[in-house]
Amino acid sequence: MAFITANWNPLGEAFYRKIELYEMGWSLRDGLKDCLVAAAPYGGPIGDARPQLEIYSSSGTNMASFPWKSGPVRQLGWTVCDDLLCIQEDGTVLIYDLFGAFKRHFSMGNEVVQNQMLEAKVFHSPYGTGVAIVTGASRFTLATNIDDLKLRRLPEVPGLQGAPSCWAVLTQDRQTKVLLANGADLYILDNTSCTPVTPPGLSPQACSIVNMAVSFSYKYLALFTDSGHLWMGSANLKDKLSEVDTKVRTPPKQMVWCRRPKSQQPSVVIMWDRLLLVAGERQHKYTLDEESVCVAELDGVRIVGGSRHELLQEVPSACQDIFKIASMAPGALLLEAHKEYDKSSQKADEYLREIKEQSVLGEAVRQCVEAAGYEHEPETQKTLLRAASFGKCFLSNYPPEPFVSMCRDLKVLNAVRDYTVGIPLTHTQYKQMTVQVLIDRLVYRKLYPLAIEICRYLKTPEYQGVSRVLKHWACAFCQTGVNFLDDMGPIMSGENQTLHSTVRTSYQRSMVTYLKNEMNRGDFFMTLRNQPVALSLYRQFCKHQEQDTLKDLFNQDDDHQELGNFYVKASYKEKKLEARLSLLQSAVDEYNKAKNEFAAKATEEEMKLLRFQRRLDEEKGEALLGLSLQETLHALLTSNFHKQAEQLYRDFRVPDKRYWWLKLTALAEKDDWEEMEKFAKSKKSPIGYLPFVEVCVKQHNKYEAKKYVSKVTPEQKVKAHLAIGDLEGAAEAAIDRRSEGEISTVLSRCSPTTDRALLERLNRARSTASKK
Amino acid sequence: MTVVVLIAIYREVKGWAGVLLCSTSGPMAHSVRRDAPELPDFSLLKRLARDQLIYLLEQLPGRKDLFIEADLMSPLDRIANVTTLKQHDVDKLYKVEYKPIVSTSDQLCFLIRPRIKTVKWICDVVNADKAFGRFRKYKIIFSPQKFYACENLLEEQGIFGDVTTDEWSFYLLPLDDDIISLELPEFFRDNFLEGDQRWVRTAGSALHLLHSVYGPFSKLYGIGRCSKMAYESWREQVEEGEQRARQAEIGNVFLIDRDVDLVTPLCSQVVYEGLVDDIFRIKCGCVEFGPDVTSSDKSIKVMLNSQDKVFNEIRNEHFSQVFGFLSQKARNLQTAYDKRSGMDIKQMKTFVSEELKGLKQEHRLLSLHIGASESMMKRKTKQDFQELLKTEHSLLEGFEIRECISYIEEHINRQVSMVESMRLLCLLSLTENGLLPKDYRSLKAQFLQSYGIDHLLTFSNLKQLGLLVEQQPGETLTVMESRVGKLVNDKTAGKLTDAFSSLAKKSNFRALGRRLNLVPKSDEEYDLRVPRDMAYIFSGAYIPLSCKLIEQVLERDGWTGLEEVTRMLNGHEFAVTAGSNGSDARVKTDSQRIILVMFLGGCTFSEISALRFLGREKGLKFIVVTTAITNSARLLESMLDNHA
Repeated sequence: MAFITANWNPLGEAFYRKIELYEMGWSLRDGLKDCLVAAAPYGGPIGDARPQLEIYSSSGTNMASFPWKSGPVRQLGWTVCDDLLCIQEDGTVLIYDLFGAFKRHFSMGNEVVQNQMLEAKVFHSPYGTGVAIVTGASRFTLATNIDDLKLRRLPEVPGLQGAPSCWAVLTQDRQTKVLLANGADLYILDNTSCTPVTPPGLSPQACSIVNMAVSFSYKYLALFTDSGHLWMGSANLKDKLSEVDTKVRTPPKQMVWCRRPKSQQPSVVIMWDRLLLVAGERQHKYTLDEESVCVAELDGVRIVGGSRHELLQEVPSACQDIFKIASMAPGALLLEAHKEYDKSSQKADEYLREIKEQSVLGEAVRQCVEAAGYEHEPETQKTLLRAASFGKCFLSNYPPEPFVSMCRDLKVLNAVRDYTVGIPLTHTQYKQMTVQVLIDRLVYRKLYPLAIEICRYLKTPEYQGVSRVLKHWACAFCQTGVNFLDDMGPIMSGENQTLHSTVRTSYQRSMVTYLKNEMNRGDFFMTLRNQPVALSLYRQFCKHQEQDTLKDLFNQDDDHQELGNFYVKASYKEKKLEARLSLLQSAVDEYNKAKNEFAAKATEEEMKLLRFQRRLDEEKGEALLGLSLQETLHALLTSNFHKQAEQLYRDFRVPDKRYWWLKLTALAEKDDWEEMEKFAKSKKSPIGYLPFVEVCVKQHNKYEAKKYVSKVTPEQKVKAHLAIGDLEGAAEAAIDRRSEGEISTVLSRCSPTTDRALLERLNRARSTASKK
Repeated sequence: MTVVVLIAIYREVKGWAGVLLCSTSGPMAHSVRRDAPELPDFSLLKRLARDQLIYLLEQLPGRKDLFIEADLMSPLDRIANVTTLKQHDVDKLYKVEYKPIVSTSDQLCFLIRPRIKTVKWICDVVNADKAFGRFRKYKIIFSPQKFYACENLLEEQGIFGDVTTDEWSFYLLPLDDDIISLELPEFFRDNFLEGDQRWVRTAGSALHLLHSVYGPFSKLYGIGRCSKMAYESWREQVEEGEQRARQAEIGNVFLIDRDVDLVTPLCSQVVYEGLVDDIFRIKCGCVEFGPDVTSSDKSIKVMLNSQDKVFNEIRNEHFSQVFGFLSQKARNLQTAYDKRSGMDIKQMKTFVSEELKGLKQEHRLLSLHIGASESMMKRKTKQDFQELLKTEHSLLEGFEIRECISYIEEHINRQVSMVESMRLLCLLSLTENGLLPKDYRSLKAQFLQSYGIDHLLTFSNLKQLGLLVEQQPGETLTVMESRVGKLVNDKTAGKLTDAFSSLAKKSNFRALGRRLNLVPKSDEEYDLRVPRDMAYIFSGAYIPLSCKLIEQVLERDGWTGLEEVTRMLNGHEFAVTAGSNGSDARVKTDSQRIILVMFLGGCTFSEISALRFLGREKGLKFIVVTTAITNSARLLESMLDNHA
């Protein structure tokens, strides 16, 4: 506590402090030397290429790493949604997600391909993430939003050869412009024109502007000249804020703005090899002991080095008020009072009384709460919040919300700042970014359990919170191509050692349960559509559990074929005929929509058949309902309803062959031989007469069978004779036909009791036949 | 007394032998290469399963009633008999029948498959108890593993806290020396039709179990999407677990998806074991022969495996050869009995005590198999089996397709058998790369008239699986592909082509047949007594695609040279060297010649016979691991959707 101001450095009216965020978990052989580094704002991830692309979290945990096999990368950058952009010499931009999975690529145009890129910048604006490139032909190409790619080639800059000495991208008046310096000349380049500009009050000693920096909000501009002067002013170049002589003439490696919102202090952080300068109205120098990279943030600058990750920022006024040595601000007194109270010292009362006398207790509490938000150390946060809570006891009408929400915010912030998560957000950034976005980022980092925990903790409405995360989680699972329902099984039973934590398990459980929730079902179905594996699984699940959901699912997909099948299946279960018919009608409609005429027609016929069966059941007391067409016909024929059978035969266009077979067997089964004979004579049998023989034999009536043998075609004669056991007849027929095969068949049916003469005749005939 | 009985039986046998003598007989024994390696001892798997089951039962101390899922009963029987269960405090045994229970026990144990339906029933049982205010302890043992959906259901039904759950990792049931089954008949439908991949992990775990007991494997080959996933699941499990250096007993593994070759399981089986399965249905290595076989009034259950000496010699034989063998066997038996005449008392005593038992056993088995053969013969001639086979062979060879279609039409019209009609339709579609639109419609319409409109859904399933489809005009696809191909880069276009071809589910049977020589020229005489290749299992008409692939890949040690074949089979092929000690010369000897073939989605006995033949030819030993033993009827029945 006593050392809280130890890292404070005064700079004019304000103080600056450098806080260590993380000790980096990476092991880089040569620090950041010779690395191309890009770090995303809002505590985002860090990318690093050449010759290997590596992606780390802010705490240096490796998230991806793979050898770079594509063309040489000249610039890295992060998009607003945490995708990594790798810009190659030829202007090809490759996009990877933060786990190093390739997403897509686009080109910055032919001009870049021809002339090669000299420099590139990735910038963020309200329209999204943009890329600006200057080519070997000294021309600028700009894409304001990479998700809606429109390449703009900016006008030529007079007199510019090669790359400009420095340049930056500005967003002004809803337009993206490029500000560039060519020696001492400064130009603003927009879509149509190139305008020379002069910063007001730039010291005349300079002959070249060597570096420039635009603030996070695009409001301020800083220019560094070869004379070592730093000019600070508004980005529209109308006002000058201040100018400082840094006395360093080497061009800096990096220059970024470092100011917090609402601060009156303009200040810029300039970095050389081993020197870091905070320049405002005054200057403060830090020495760097390792290669570092500065990342501009909304309220400060993050400095990423080989071993440490630090935050440099102006000490917020609330913290200044409280911790400044010998401060008599209300918050400072309240903190003191609480400290004494903890020691059970009466001095507590003295301090309190002093605050109360000035009636600034409310202000004191407010200060403590606010300051707690700016502190990174949980211990300091706690001390301040306890002091605030203590002060609140003596106030009757102090609204609880600020205190409560600060406690919540800090809990969330401490959780995401954790080493394993590695998102070092400040309270100011968090508020700017909103919880929604934070949740999205956690989801994107696949930190689903934490995201859910936060949603629950903050009581975010299900729809925006837990459900949304679960949905993403489910999708992520589906994308892995693994059957997630099943994958759950082993995980739950603790088989999968990689995911053994009970916390994770319980989340995964709810993730699947979520599938069954009505909530967002439409969305969920839509998502599932692109995941065939998951979709078929879900269908399986519904088949067992929720038939109606299944219908919705098919409906959503306009899968009329499956819907038709669904109705047909439902019709089986339906006992009442009317309901059954209406289900079948629905099926017909769906099949028609699915352009499956066959199924539609078949279903229509089924309906026709059902109606026919009902009528007959009612009129004649039959029990036909539910039988197939064939069974119905058979039943009718065996019950002597020949007229009705004929009708069915015509109505359903039953093939002749089928009808003959049916009638034949039905008559045989009834032993109605007379009718059979009539039938055989009615017209020429489409199935021939061998079936007549066979059917009779099957009914053990050889007498009747014999009647038809003569009508059988010559090819089938042998068979017919054999069927009635007439070996001699068969032999005659076979010998007549001189067919070796048939003679052999007859021979194989001979037994030792067969007539010798016949056998000899057959054998003779066979040898003649085989000689042929 | 004994002697009298003996003579009576002897007469009976002699009678049969007389009938049999007139049928063809020939040399049966195949020349076995002497260097064929010994198979590993798989009884260890049974022991492991039994020990774990006992451990699980003891987790619920005290007397309890055990409810067993119907299709787990036979496998369980092969692991632990009733006595063993009783020894571990199992009071009464019940079959799960989805009805309210009558048990009076205070502790109920359920041994089930991870199926929603069964879990739902258990929930009903527990909730009924609750409604009665009855308190019992419940334990559910899922075999071989539990699925999340099951536990979720327990939770949903509010009984998650009332039951304890466990897993009995009984993945593998050795059915014979060289057959191991996962006994998961639903695998085929779930995985290939419904796209439900839950069982893939099960398959991976089964492979992992084999790997940890009989591995480490040195080389894995495979083809098919599911195989690849099972392989990946296996690899993950291997990486997670610890490696033990041990002498490998199984060197190579071949994984194959059933849908890579759907033609083979749809062909009529004519090898003895396959035919017995087609006609009598072998369940869990056991068949029930009815009165027509036993020539008595009761049925007999017979275990069919290599322990049955008679069966072991005929199981892989073409059916036409079986009679000859059996008659020879009967004659030998007769001779053995004949030794009895002229024996003195002492010799007779030795004969009775030493040989008689064996002879009687053989006699019993012989009469059973003769009975079975006769019964099969009767059935097969009754339905004009020869004509059916002729049609099948025509389909395989691509001859006289119109005649085949008329035959199928008549088959449907006469309602010979629904499944058989469907089988022929599918075989026609698979071999012809789909039916002409006109035939497709008319045959389906006739089928529906014969067997009921509800098969409309079955047809939808068959179409989805590519078993029965309409011929697509060839160009449309390629045009679409090339159009899309222009829009996207090559890699994506490749993927799209994959997607299209799987969409079309072309069987490419003709092209595959030509490329791999699956259909031998029909004009050559095929001597079934001396099989010259695997085609003998289909009377010389067709070499099963699945087995041919295995042969080719083993011969080439990978897929090189088979690129065109794999393309026609929709790819997903792989060949990986897994073991680091592959160079070890000692390992090369025996384990390298033992090949584990895993069929995902089931395999037929005919395929096993073909592999046994291949093994004999090449001096290899094949171990077949399958999700279940299948045949055309089982495969098609799993496609049916004609009931609610």
